[in-house]
Amino acid sequence: MDERTPALLMHEGEGFRLEKLPLGSRVIYPPESLPGLRDIDAQIRKALANPLGREPLHELLRPGMRLTIVFDDLSIPLPQMRTPDIRQRVIEHVLELAAAKGVDDVELIAGNALHRRMTPAELKRTVGERVYRSFFPRHLRNHDAEDKANLTVIGHTKHGEIVEINRRAAESDLIVYVNVSLTAMSGGPKSVSVGLASYRSLKHHHNVHTLRHSRSFNDPANSAMHHSYDRMAGLLGDSLKIFQIETTVNNDTFPTQLGFLNKREWEWSLKDQATYLAVKRANDLAPAKQRRQLWHKTASPYGVTSVTAGDPVQVHEVTMRHILRQQLTEVDGPSDIGIWGLPYICPYNVNSIMNPILVMSLGLGYFFNLYRNQPIVRPGGVAIYYHPVQNEFHPVHHPSYIDFFEEVLAETTDPVAIETKFEEQFATDPWYIHLYRNSYAYHGVHPLYMWYWGAHALEHLGDVIFVGGDRKTTSRMGFRSASTLNDALEMARERVGGSPTITYHHTPPLAMADVR
Amino acid sequence: MNLNLEYHRSPARYMAARTATGTIASGRASGWWAANMSPLRLVNRPDPRPPGPDWTRVKPLLSGICGSDLGLLTGRNSPYLSALVSMPFTPGHEVVGETLDDLPDLPRGSRVVLDPVLGCLPRQVEVCPGCAADEHSRCDHITSGAVSAGLQTGFCADTGGGWSRMLVAHASQLHRVPDALDDERALLVEPLACAVHSVRRISIPDGASVLVVGAGTVGLFTTLALREYTKAGPIYVIARYAHQRERAREMGATEVLSSDRAARALRRATGGFLARPERASEFLLGGTDIAFECTGGSGLDTALRVVRAGGTVLMSGMPNAGADLTPVWFRELNLVGAYASGGNDFPDALALAQSAPLTGYVDAIYPLSRWRDAIGHASAAGRLGSVKVAFDPTKDQ
Ligand SMILES: [Zn+2]
Ligand SMILES: [Zn+2]
Repeated sequence: MDERTPALLMHEGEGFRLEKLPLGSRVIYPPESLPGLRDIDAQIRKALANPLGREPLHELLRPGMRLTIVFDDLSIPLPQMRTPDIRQRVIEHVLELAAAKGVDDVELIAGNALHRRMTPAELKRTVGERVYRSFFPRHLRNHDAEDKANLTVIGHTKHGEIVEINRRAAESDLIVYVNVSLTAMSGGPKSVSVGLASYRSLKHHHNVHTLRHSRSFNDPANSAMHHSYDRMAGLLGDSLKIFQIETTVNNDTFPTQLGFLNKREWEWSLKDQATYLAVKRANDLAPAKQRRQLWHKTASPYGVTSVTAGDPVQVHEVTMRHILRQQLTEVDGPSDIGIWGLPYICPYNVNSIMNPILVMSLGLGYFFNLYRNQPIVRPGGVAIYYHPVQNEFHPVHHPSYIDFFEEVLAETTDPVAIETKFEEQFATDPWYIHLYRNSYAYHGVHPLYMWYWGAHALEHLGDVIFVGGDRKTTSRMGFRSASTLNDALEMARERVGGSPTITYHHTPPLAMADVR
Repeated sequence: MNLNLEYHRSPARYMAARTATGTIASGRASGWWAANMSPLRLVNRPDPRPPGPDWTRVKPLLSGICGSDLGLLTGRNSPYLSALVSMPFTPGHEVVGETLDDLPDLPRGSRVVLDPVLGCLPRQVEVCPGCAADEHSRCDHITSGAVSAGLQTGFCADTGGGWSRMLVAHASQLHRVPDALDDERALLVEPLACAVHSVRRISIPDGASVLVVGAGTVGLFTTLALREYTKAGPIYVIARYAHQRERAREMGATEVLSSDRAARALRRATGGFLARPERASEFLLGGTDIAFECTGGSGLDTALRVVRAGGTVLMSGMPNAGADLTPVWFRELNLVGAYASGGNDFPDALALAQSAPLTGYVDAIYPLSRWRDAIGHASAAGRLGSVKVAFDPTKDQ
């Protein structure tokens, strides 16, 4: 960053702005977006016929068998992919092979774990019209982590972790898992062990202790959470036959009309600058509701960069390479201050509202953890986020979040205290369970998980400041708010001294910092 | 001559006050309107005359302003009550005063608090079943006898009321104040007695969960009485203002809730499901065992929505707002009223007034001549951080 560096784009919820950072600030961008595969259907066919460490899929299929196809839910990719979704394409190929082999006991299950159920429209969008019409509702369903009769215990890991998953999947002759990997934390051992699990099973890795010892979530080798996934997946691998199909996407996150959001600011053409101004003005003027709808309807024109099939462990190694090739950026040491602009979307507010808890989890959980080796902020340093942090909740999707924000955070923000005193209550509340099972609500315990997600950052950081953040909501969460970047930097100086080093982690598109 | 704040029936003013405060009753200016529109005037009248033996003249030392007085002044009270008053009258039924005549067992100059109910004994009529059972709050004879119609002193043309320099009271209405009890605490005895009465109206099983809607005088004293006279389990209080929240905790509330999230918080605390009707507030399937409505307003609707099926809602504040009664039917609720006091409530309240942490509850005292300020202050007491606003009629020369 020098005198010639232009002002930089910051996402801030359903808006964005250009911000001139202090001289000497460092910016982390992702590498250039990789080219997408050209003939995706051919690539899928090839992957299914030449899997890693498994027989070709058509050889695994036989009449009379029980086949369960599990797919990632709508929490990835973000934003949603332009249709046809890659999951649809893969599922169609798998179903064609199955039909050719006379397999007719086929079930499709969304691996939504404790996430909310996908609506029929969302399911249809993900698997495509044809699959939807043939299987919904009886044979195309959401996983139900509270349907006791349809869960089954596979066993215990040597660490005593209970592995309990969807009974239909567990009793199938073959599970085909259809994945989209957006970050290094998803896919692989996580797919079945988490996507189809129950609270009883999930609590072994979704807890404060494990998350604090995951440095970072996006660096599986150094993540206690992933070690737990691995142990569980190992157990599953011993008793279930899983055929994993993983796909990765490039960084073409925003459609052409928002093309400037994909580019580095100093590459903006005159046309990009004009588009920025026009879009910014239109966006600022739009009524809040309409603005939100527009953003959530905006689908990404992602290119698919890889399709790999076969043994989950071997497949995931290939997937990880593709993700890192797209996202990994080397950074020379941490700085005193890290800056992130938080966009309108995170894994848990697709077609919904980004409530304050989700803002926390996006900022301190997801974005803070986009690193390897060490965070981009030194211990005791300051994180500055851009987001309005409004006190706004989706009553249908996030009912327990409202209570968590109003009651739990009013009492304490300490993740351990919250876990000890409130987790059991929230996880077993019959109303939350009812809404999770029958409405479209996240599981009662989910807001607590979102809070744990930021536990490591909470411990690591000296201060957290939200530029443009609502004063009341940010302070309820134990953070501070500032109206301008200069105010935020001024506040940060109390903690990091007069001439701090600053790194701006420019996302989305996603960039993962390899901090040496 | 007796300086009096006199209430006179003025249909025009009554309607004006009702309209003005009806539309902006909860608005910032409601106190202002109440004070300016209310059919009240400061006048000199001949001293009231004791209507019989066993009566004495009483010089009020302090006289409180109650929610029911405000309802009257702002025209929000039900027309039902208009048959139970006689005009013109002097309001004021929360009175600590000094007797001016000798009575058996009560020499002149005694400091007393007034039990304002005008039952069969003061009226010198044949005792009705209510009064015979020592429940004079249920008296059937309040429109007959030696004094004109009036449910209480403060609503009766013949007795005078607390908002004056002199009223008359029957010996049976007076309770001697122990020296240790100062005037300000003594002033709280009447509302305390009503609160004690209300918790005695129903049986509250040990450990029962109780909601108190409202944290004005009635709500705070109800909380206190619940802690003192029952073995209720958790007591949740809905309070609007910060000072009320603190006081509710001092009175023994387990948890203090804000009204906008009462249903949700109670659901979490007591279990159950939350239901969300179209175009109406949410309600619980589940909830507390018992609720006390202590607002005299929209609190009844809230209470009915958050009590468990088969539970009890006790109406303590004088009702002057409508409520959807569907839950009473659908949830098979018991709806119970509690008016004034009876039996041992008054003596017990006298004792409670000495022991309870009530310091600072009477924090705004006005001379009668500043009645507009006083009424305005009382109307906005919660917002202004006050619990009880009172007149000191001795201050006017
Ligand atoms: Zn009263
Ligand atoms: Zn009687």
